[in-house]
Amino acid sequence: MAEMKTGAEIVLECLVREGVEVMFGYPGGANLPIYDALNFYPQIHHVLTRHEQGATHAADGYARVTGKVGVAMATSGPGATNMVTGIATAKMDSSPIVCITGQVGTSAIGGDAFQETDVTGVTLPVTKHNYLVTDVKELAYTIKEAFYIARTGRPGPVLIDIPKDVQNAKCEFVYPEEPIDLPGYHPAERATDEQVARALALINAAKKPVILAGRGILLSGATRQVLEMAEKGNIPITCTLLGLGGIPASHPLNMGMMGMHGEAAANHAIQEADLLLAFGMRFDDRVTGKLATYSPNSKKIHIDIDASELNKNVRVDVAINADLKVVLEQFNGDVEAIDRAEWLGAIREWQEDSSQRDIINTDDGIFRAAQAIFDVWRFSKDNNPVVVSDVGQHQMLEAQYFKHEKPHTLVTSGGLGTMGFSLPAAIGARFGTPQEREVWVIVGDGSIQMTLMELMTAVQENSNINICILNNGYLGMVRQWQQLFYDERYAETPILSPDYIKLAEAYGVQGMRVTNRDDTFAALEEARKHNGPTLIEFVVEQHDMVYPMVPAGADLHQMIRRPAK
Amino acid sequence: MKQTLIALVEDKPGVLNRVASLFRRRNFNIESLAVGHSETPGISRMTIVTDEEEKLRRNVVRENLLKLINVIDVDDVTEQPKVVRETALIKVRADATKRAEIMNIADIYRARIVDVATESLIVEITGDSGKIKSMADLLRPFGIIEMARTGALAMTRGVVTPRDTANYAKYAANGNGSI
Repeated sequence: MAEMKTGAEIVLECLVREGVEVMFGYPGGANLPIYDALNFYPQIHHVLTRHEQGATHAADGYARVTGKVGVAMATSGPGATNMVTGIATAKMDSSPIVCITGQVGTSAIGGDAFQETDVTGVTLPVTKHNYLVTDVKELAYTIKEAFYIARTGRPGPVLIDIPKDVQNAKCEFVYPEEPIDLPGYHPAERATDEQVARALALINAAKKPVILAGRGILLSGATRQVLEMAEKGNIPITCTLLGLGGIPASHPLNMGMMGMHGEAAANHAIQEADLLLAFGMRFDDRVTGKLATYSPNSKKIHIDIDASELNKNVRVDVAINADLKVVLEQFNGDVEAIDRAEWLGAIREWQEDSSQRDIINTDDGIFRAAQAIFDVWRFSKDNNPVVVSDVGQHQMLEAQYFKHEKPHTLVTSGGLGTMGFSLPAAIGARFGTPQEREVWVIVGDGSIQMTLMELMTAVQENSNINICILNNGYLGMVRQWQQLFYDERYAETPILSPDYIKLAEAYGVQGMRVTNRDDTFAALEEARKHNGPTLIEFVVEQHDMVYPMVPAGADLHQMIRRPAK
Repeated sequence: MKQTLIALVEDKPGVLNRVASLFRRRNFNIESLAVGHSETPGISRMTIVTDEEEKLRRNVVRENLLKLINVIDVDDVTEQPKVVRETALIKVRADATKRAEIMNIADIYRARIVDVATESLIVEITGDSGKIKSMADLLRPFGIIEMARTGALAMTRGVVTPRDTANYAKYAANGNGSI
């Protein structure tokens, strides 16, 4: 007879078998049994975040750098509802996390008990799948299924809600060794021969093709295959925000980021292209601009693991629902070697036009956010660091100026655009990154104040992260829109900050302030030397904008450019 | 032509909610949704009619449904030969002087009178939505007090079923509730 275990023990037994080494969470009344059992599972390191939102972002950050499933835990009611933003963030960016929430006892469900919320109801639209486990005998299988669903197909967040009495109930524990087999869930794999033939015909006939590389190239592990195709056919590549790092930034075929704040040359190439190869991306409005005029003369091939993304925003000529890596292996051998010199030449001309407006080397005594970010890159690039950026101007500047050469080196909230993401996500990413590699946080003065309390989590974990706050005294991206589209009426965008140096001191963090570009390297060197969290405040020019910019709803090539000097 | 979908789903708690929530959040419109047991224990069957007409959009709706873990299979039968039936109960104002006339109309539509009271009748009619609408239009001058409709049920013609649901029987044991 198998050993009897409580539901709480079964949860942890299953986590151990999933290879979980670290989890992020917050205890409370409805998950006390699990936390009590945690005393007997020292192989799982629990990180006490200061807010459940932080726990989900940390699990997400861990998942994004490791490719493994991140785990977050919270109690019922407010603990669980605090997770919603983090879950939605993971959903939009296809990040595999499993959230385990305590729930009031099964007999109390539906009665508005203390700290009761319909958590499976609340999280239904923002999870890939969720469960309310009402029988302890179903717990082990459910947890295994949850991890399987989270990491396979298009990854995403899965939530398991476990009533307190189920955590306390005992049953014979037999771990389900058989593989998960679900009637309604079969992630796609291969393309059909007919799809391959049609795609190949378009690729080999194209004179002006462009590869659009999204996060799918990372999730599918297809970065090598994408590059192989590009190099063979001399096909230029542009990345989405979440695709950055998938293709080395320094690669001559890589045009950089596309979209609203993308490289003008990349957007130009998309509009001029006769073939778009959309790989693991979803034609978000931030990358297409106005749909009616988007890449008007191109044929389009779209490969995505999620069939519901095909023909959702942009109508395509060949829609392939499959694993990108498998598909590219299916047809890379038949991609013809074509030099496409004329097309690459045209792109090079557009690129030169862009670089003339470059501001990183302007020496007019004004310290710009872009320059600070560029300097962080120059300083840290040889270390192959992980950069965790937040949301706003600094996020776009990071994408433009920090040159990512390796996959999984950028962690940022793309789809949901969650301010406050970076600090907790960096704490998670730190656990998933080898100690010799640095973790840099690029965050604005608005974003840092959204989840500032996680600074203490970083201290408690002696988390070796370097937090670079770009302080321009504004909610800069919103101010940019007010400046451009609301006649400079700055409603509620000026924002005060605390004295970050004193704040750092209060938290026991090493804090530095840089007001002049000449001092950046010294501060960065200091941060590097320090073991544990450091905070550098860069006091930067207040009114600088992110250029180029495609105004919302405009044609992709109608970019607002930085005014020439 | 309105889109008609047949969905086979696991008979588990909350599945109807998942389907309804999907339609709401994706901004798809449900014209009607009928749900009940299928021929296989543990598998429920939904007939969903949407207002999407264009083929690519219809496929996006289908693929979104398939993304739900508890949805086993979805057939878009919009363009397939099929039988579509809906049942309506219509309570009509009818005193003794009107009864014969209403019963005549019911006869023409092969509807049945299932309740007679001094001031009213209940007519039960089965057919496609056009037939039901047409009879309701004829009854309206008498005064329709109440009308209840089941929503459309659809089944493709011939022996080809949407899927051999016997394949799913092995999963049926997991079914532990109702939708």
